[in-house]
Amino acid sequence: MDSLVAQYSRPAFHNEGYSQEEQQELSQTMPGDISLKFALPPVAQPHAWLRAQTDDHANPSCPIKLAHGTTTLAFRFQGGIIVATDSRATAGDWIASQTVKKVIEINNCLLGTMAGGAADCQYWLAYLGMQCRLHELRHKRRITVAAASKILANLVYSYKGYGLSMGTMCAGVTPQEGPALYYIDSDGTRLAGNLFCVGSGQTFAYGVLDAEYKYDLSEEDALELGRRSILAATHRDAYSGGYINLYHVKEDGWVKHGFNDTNPIFWKTKLEKGEFSNVTSELV
Amino acid sequence: MASAFMQPGFGEAPGYSFSQAPTVAASGAREHSFYPYTDNGGSTLGITGQDFAILAGDTRSTSGYNINTRYAPKVFRIGSDDESGAGGHIVLAVCGFAADGEALKERLDAMVKMYRYQHGKPMSVKACAQRLATILYQKRFFPYYVHAILGGLDEEGKGALYSYDPVGSYEREQCRAAGAAASLIMPFLDNQVNFKNQFVPGSGVGHFLEAREPLPLPRKDVEELVRDAFSSAVERHIEVGDGLQMMVITKDGVEEIYHPLKRD
Repeated sequence: MDSLVAQYSRPAFHNEGYSQEEQQELSQTMPGDISLKFALPPVAQPHAWLRAQTDDHANPSCPIKLAHGTTTLAFRFQGGIIVATDSRATAGDWIASQTVKKVIEINNCLLGTMAGGAADCQYWLAYLGMQCRLHELRHKRRITVAAASKILANLVYSYKGYGLSMGTMCAGVTPQEGPALYYIDSDGTRLAGNLFCVGSGQTFAYGVLDAEYKYDLSEEDALELGRRSILAATHRDAYSGGYINLYHVKEDGWVKHGFNDTNPIFWKTKLEKGEFSNVTSELV
Repeated sequence: MASAFMQPGFGEAPGYSFSQAPTVAASGAREHSFYPYTDNGGSTLGITGQDFAILAGDTRSTSGYNINTRYAPKVFRIGSDDESGAGGHIVLAVCGFAADGEALKERLDAMVKMYRYQHGKPMSVKACAQRLATILYQKRFFPYYVHAILGGLDEEGKGALYSYDPVGSYEREQCRAAGAAASLIMPFLDNQVNFKNQFVPGSGVGHFLEAREPLPLPRKDVEELVRDAFSSAVERHIEVGDGLQMMVITKDGVEEIYHPLKRD
């Protein structure tokens, strides 16, 4: 009996340490087949389980709180595209960070914005950056914004139902398309347009942006409108705040126009332009 | 540990971070759920200076109201040759679920070593930070329940600190507190490291007050801040205490400092 058991069982130390394949995998900087290597929990409905653990909207007492909450906007105008975001990340009621970079530089002429799950956006936009570079090397020309945004849209669509959460905008200028702006979200939506606001503060940003937006805006006015729209959102949306991150995308690449604290901008706007008159400037 | 066998039910349910008791529906059916996580409490903290980075963590490990041990390190050297820590130049601090933290540390440590054996040079902190983000994201659908902080020196020899959420979103920062007492420590750090809500005396009144510009702090001051942050957190948080473990990363290597904290 004992010999039978010995024949068919393996010693306890057999599976210790790393196997040949695992060692190989460990030594690679990027796993080869990036989209097939995700660990899944050993339950019948992985998505339902994940939602119970991480979705603080469905379950406020969920144990793992992921970073959320945002206002981001981008709009096309005669001089290119303006991209502006706030910089706050929240996990439930807790402000996890006030200094998040929500504009992701995919390459020197493509920008992505980050709303929803911070990790999802960071990871998949970095992955998109890789794919864009590979496209460049294979075809000897830069990828169009339409193509890049479609790579991302197809990718997130293949994960539909798994609980990815992202609302992102791809902005870029290419010789074929001119300035191009696309909205992609984790449901699989992909839209081309002139003007988008995404995130918990989107309605407040749309309010200002729609009122003042014209395609013929000058560069200076366009930058100011982007800044002012984010300011309005940080003022009324508790999940938005921190710093205003401003970018301008032009034919020869994007230009950064600062990462500025909202507080002094708010007081400047109020005291010098007389806006926000509902707020008292008296300091008692 | 023990919490898996204990049911909340004495008046106010004991505040386990997660209730693990099976739920009973109106029909009388008991529902058991897959529950792979425990919160082992504790807090970690990292601050950088001009030419150094400090990562610290308390050494208490709890589950629910029980203290499992008074010495369970949360701060680890990454990529060092042996137990003494020689050769390592990166430090990882993890809190949340200790088993996931340990697994994450082992994985990162193995990868940093493989990198060195294959490329014949140590991994830069920047590369290690990116790698850690992908490791965390590989478990996007079955997350490591950890908040990680990674510290070291960047290519210019300046202190570098990266903080992570459980699924790998990361950011380089000057200072970061994570874990149970993060909400107690982080506001203190904002004020004392980044000089938030501090103003230049005599620069004006009301709206004309000038904000005080942050500047890198010397090592002695930072060590003092870390000790103050933890001894204060111990006073007001039950999951923090017993000991304070600090790793100071400078160009000369990684120095470990241990301070006792209150053990009640």
